[in-house]
Amino acid sequence: MTKDPAARIVHKQEWGDYFLFGVESPALAGEAKPGQFLMVRVSDHIDPLLRRPLSIHARERNTLEIFFKIAGQGTSLLARKKEEDRLDILGPLGAGFRLDAGLKGKAVFLVGGGRGIAPLYFLARELRTAGARVKVLYGGKSLPDLPLRHKFEQAGLDVACSTDDGSSGFHGLVTGLLQSEANKQNPAALFVCGPDPMMKKTAEFAAREKIPAQFSLESMMGCGFGACWGCVKRIRKGDDGAWRKICEDGPVFSGDEIVWEEEG
Amino acid sequence: MVDLSVDLGFLKLRNPVLAASGTFGYGLEFEPFMDLNSIGGFVVKGLYFGPREGNPPPRLVETAGGLINAIGLQGVGVEQFAEEILPRLRKYQTAVFVNVCGASDEEYIRVIEHLNRHQGIAAYELNISCPNVEKNGVCPALNSDHTFSLVKMAKQASRLPIIAKLSPNVTDIVAIAKAAEEGGADGLSLINTILAMAVDIETRRPKLSNTFGGLSGPAIKPIALRMVYQVASAVKIPVIGIGGIMTGADALEFMMAGAKAVEVGTANFVDPAATLRIVREIEDFCRRNNIKKIAGLVGTLKA
Repeated sequence: MTKDPAARIVHKQEWGDYFLFGVESPALAGEAKPGQFLMVRVSDHIDPLLRRPLSIHARERNTLEIFFKIAGQGTSLLARKKEEDRLDILGPLGAGFRLDAGLKGKAVFLVGGGRGIAPLYFLARELRTAGARVKVLYGGKSLPDLPLRHKFEQAGLDVACSTDDGSSGFHGLVTGLLQSEANKQNPAALFVCGPDPMMKKTAEFAAREKIPAQFSLESMMGCGFGACWGCVKRIRKGDDGAWRKICEDGPVFSGDEIVWEEEG
Repeated sequence: MVDLSVDLGFLKLRNPVLAASGTFGYGLEFEPFMDLNSIGGFVVKGLYFGPREGNPPPRLVETAGGLINAIGLQGVGVEQFAEEILPRLRKYQTAVFVNVCGASDEEYIRVIEHLNRHQGIAAYELNISCPNVEKNGVCPALNSDHTFSLVKMAKQASRLPIIAKLSPNVTDIVAIAKAAEEGGADGLSLINTILAMAVDIETRRPKLSNTFGGLSGPAIKPIALRMVYQVASAVKIPVIGIGGIMTGADALEFMMAGAKAVEVGTANFVDPAATLRIVREIEDFCRRNNIKKIAGLVGTLKA
């Protein structure tokens, strides 16, 4: 965990509200693991004050990539940054995904919803290197919400898509696509990131089918490194569940640890 | 060479920059980012007697130039703190303050009596002002009589100096400050957060699960500064200034207004080495202005 006050943006791509930055920082890139995140300052001034938590999307030698969607004032400011601009970044933070050695030769599904696809590219490549047979299930509202589809394909990854409106791939939620793909081949593990209702549904599916599943949770964060206690979720660790910090104890948790909130 | 040390009377500090309670964890969280010995000291997260579960999320909301928190003082109790955390802090030469909380007057005293048995604490900061514990923000620091009686009880129970941390959510902060001084407080720290709220217009619900929370950050600095100035002008005991300090210049404003030291809070979230940077910025200011001793700057406001 370190702070790079001047990580250089080396490339930038955009698709509507979605953005991908390559950020050069040997200090941050050297330690990065899939599922970890960065805290990025979006302004040099006091408004907005807080850093924004963003998943590490990819790592290439000295460069990390972040992928995000404009969701408010902070990400909107971040989206305006240009190549050669510098970013003040804290990271890598959190524990990340657990890559079980027993997954070698096994089929694993990576399920991403919307901007939740962000950490799964890094993970997919690491899992493939570790010998797992990786299938990526990528869901969005509509075709423009799947901007990374080609990136996964170009990396030689097996990717299937779903859209809520049927404009591309499976017509329906990514959880429907998951059900349909699982009928063809049973995965040995699931790795999931997306909106809470989608993750909750996936957790129910995983519990029913007895498939080990890991979920990367998202939260607004005050600090990202355990000092503010602002980003808690009810998590069981051999107990009935306590408010545990997403930033420090997570952001990745097993499905059976997470106490999902009731909808409504 | 600038002499950055300040003397609180009951304690000498290496420099006037402390980290504020609730923004610095138990100190250990900041080890990866800075040398804890480089600052004047830090105040650990508020301690009740037993562990506290805290409030349900959402606990934080960002607002213009600041944030509102309703963490609910989640954390370990005194036993776990004394057994597991305090021993790991003893290796530091820096001053460790414990922020003492209580749901009742008796609980404050029990916390103090328990901690009295352990070494490695410089002073207690009596948190008579946390607005999150009761939903309507009621705390002892809203009332002069309660402030006086609680500080007096704490002082009698304590083998260490007592710093009373005051609430800004009052009509007359000077009256409360004087009550704490009369109760025997060795020092005062102010301000705690300002009771606040934010609304989600889509759901028409409060943005915090607790409805109300405490506003901190640069947004509150002018209010904090005014209160520190009023209090420092009215009491004889040392005042520690808190409220939205992000830079050395901010800290110097508080010191000129009468604060002998400052606590840096929300800035630690944005920049985990903020306290260290602020020490350096204060030192730079002194060098540029040929000031040999920072202590000489305290209360020099020309008003």
